[in-house]
Amino acid sequence: MTLAIDVRGLSKSFGDKHVVQDVNLKVEEGRICGFLGPNGSGKTTTLRMLCGLLTPDSGQGTALGLDIIGQANLIKRRTGYMTQRFSLYEDLTIEENLQFSARVHELDRRKERVDKALERLGLLERRRQLAGSLSGGWKQRLALAAATLHEPRLLLLDEPTAGVDPKARRTFWDEIHALSAEGLTVLVSTHYMDEAERCHEIAYISYGRLIARGTADEVIAAAGLVTFNGEGAGIDRLAGEIAALPGVDMAAPFGQSLHVSGTDRAALEAALAPYRRAPFRWEEVQPSLEDVFIRLMETSQDNFR
Amino acid sequence: MTGFSLTRVAAVMIKEFKQLTRDRLTYAMMLAVPVVQLLLFGYAINSEPRHLPTALLVQEDSVFARSIVAALKNSAYFDLVAQARSPAELDEMVRRGEVQFAITVPGDFTRRLVRGERAQVLVEADAADPSATGPAVAALAALPSQALARDLKGALAPAVGKAPFEVVVHRRYNPEAITAYNIVPGLLGIILSMTLVMMTALSVTREAERGTMESLLATPVEPIEVMAGKLAPYVAVGLVQTAIILLLARFLFDVPMVGGWLGLSLGVALFIVGSLALGFLMSTVARTQLQAMQMSMFYILPSILLSGFMFPFRGMPAWAQAIGEIVPVTHFLRVVRGALLKGQGTSDMWRELAALLAFACVVTALAMARYRRTLD
Ligand SMILES: Nc1ncnc2c1ncn2[C@@H]1O[C@H](COP(=O)(O)OP(=O)(O)OP(=O)(O)O)[C@@H](O)[C@H]1O
Ligand SMILES: [Mg+2]
Repeated sequence: MTLAIDVRGLSKSFGDKHVVQDVNLKVEEGRICGFLGPNGSGKTTTLRMLCGLLTPDSGQGTALGLDIIGQANLIKRRTGYMTQRFSLYEDLTIEENLQFSARVHELDRRKERVDKALERLGLLERRRQLAGSLSGGWKQRLALAAATLHEPRLLLLDEPTAGVDPKARRTFWDEIHALSAEGLTVLVSTHYMDEAERCHEIAYISYGRLIARGTADEVIAAAGLVTFNGEGAGIDRLAGEIAALPGVDMAAPFGQSLHVSGTDRAALEAALAPYRRAPFRWEEVQPSLEDVFIRLMETSQDNFR
Repeated sequence: MTGFSLTRVAAVMIKEFKQLTRDRLTYAMMLAVPVVQLLLFGYAINSEPRHLPTALLVQEDSVFARSIVAALKNSAYFDLVAQARSPAELDEMVRRGEVQFAITVPGDFTRRLVRGERAQVLVEADAADPSATGPAVAALAALPSQALARDLKGALAPAVGKAPFEVVVHRRYNPEAITAYNIVPGLLGIILSMTLVMMTALSVTREAERGTMESLLATPVEPIEVMAGKLAPYVAVGLVQTAIILLLARFLFDVPMVGGWLGLSLGVALFIVGSLALGFLMSTVARTQLQAMQMSMFYILPSILLSGFMFPFRGMPAWAQAIGEIVPVTHFLRVVRGALLKGQGTSDMWRELAALLAFACVVTALAMARYRRTLD
């Protein structure tokens, strides 16, 4: 298997803020890798370094076999980058934006490609509408179309589905999977757990450090978290009380139920013992990705300080 | 690294052109500004320049001729910078703009003076900029009664109330001393600077401010392609503005246009490209559109004040002239005035054209060196 992304020791500071610290990341060709992490953890910065928009302070590596520092320009030709903030031209029409994309990539059969993209987007009739007048979700979809127009080998997507409705999100992910089946590699940052679960693998970054890596199951297993799900009337109101107990790392209400997690099984069982009474029912469950991420967030924060 | 691609230049150019036509207000401004400015600056501010370069042609060696030269030297208005050997040489100096005045003491001056036959001193004034020559010409009126006062005694003493000789002033290029003739061509330089420098400076910082720079930089487009693509539509704008100003100058202000079209075209082309490249350079320094705007204003001020547009160049103190020489508009104004009012050919103005070429090249090189390929 060849690696589409293979970087080592990537670091970047802005002023005295060390935003990305010693990140090692390998993604195999044709895989969809979810890139997760709290706000400000360095996801956007990492993506920008991968496509040559930022120069790493230190570290090295390749994207699509090309050196990310010396061959950034060749990488740009084969990579589609979708920015977190809409960055197409709002004062150009939908069609003109796509045409611009087609021209800067020196594509052949431009009209045909643009028309096809418009049709796939379902924007054929609105092609002459200014991009700035599209709703947020439509802007995202247009941006994705522009980023994939030149049939890149690598897609870097920065929160592509923020603000997109569930149906469009599903379409979007179906499309991503279809593209990856053809060999496209995708690195996609997101804050949505369901999307993380739809990725082949996950990379979790916090405070600039990559702290978890693997498939969703692997990440969950590696966290070593024990989780109990409690049900019963009024249990959600006990969240604060239970979270404060020794041995409990976190307690989060989910509707009528409560997720209580900890790393030390014995301590957790001891903490919950007083609550094993009617009307509450407890059972051990597989921790969710979200449980794991929140746990990761808290521990990495401690390490950082 | 990946070569130069005309398709990518076209991509940027078409995009830029569409954005330009969509921005109605800017579009209208670019066409309205020349008209409004021309009307506003219809007349000029007068000042009193001194020490104007003057060339002499003395065709006889006599006491009287020397006295006249001495009197001219004493006047604060004239600096004798050259002695011509022939009328043709003298004429050439005026045409090239090396001197503002050419004074001839003809070979029969003494003979006529002694015989009381209307002796004359001939003064050719380059009146292209009338505010520069006006006060000096007025000062010449006093010359006849004073210059020879000590030499003409006894039998030669002139009759009371009668001047011993006359000064014949011949105004060239703008005989009626109409300031608009000078201001209007000058305005071409100012308007082009004001609009073009700002336009490109804004067009790049706008990308940075709106966030579109991130997408643009993520494409394979090279800096020189971005620059070429962004400048091209504004070259067209500059040419349209030039046409508007020249037409208004001709038909509204009756500015004579005696020729020099080749030099003028070269000058206009170089100046437009140079100004646009300067705007591009500014945008590589400025972080916001507001900063870009302020920087272009900073450039405009010396262009207006020290280029010879507002005040006659030769009327300015030496330090101001030194700064003025660095301002590209100065050289452009000389090209425009030289061509339109004097009919100068390219051989007469090659220095100014070379200065404009150097301006365009240096600014382009600096812009390319400074343009950031990344968001760092
Ligand atoms: N150009 C910059 N100059 C200074 N600081 C920056 C710059 N870009 C990013 N940062 C800082 O770097 C840190 C990481 O930012 P980054 O955008 O990579 O985070 P992120 O993981 O993408 O966050 P989010 O989920 O909110 O998008 C933040 O603290 C941010 O303030
Ligand atoms: Mg981000």
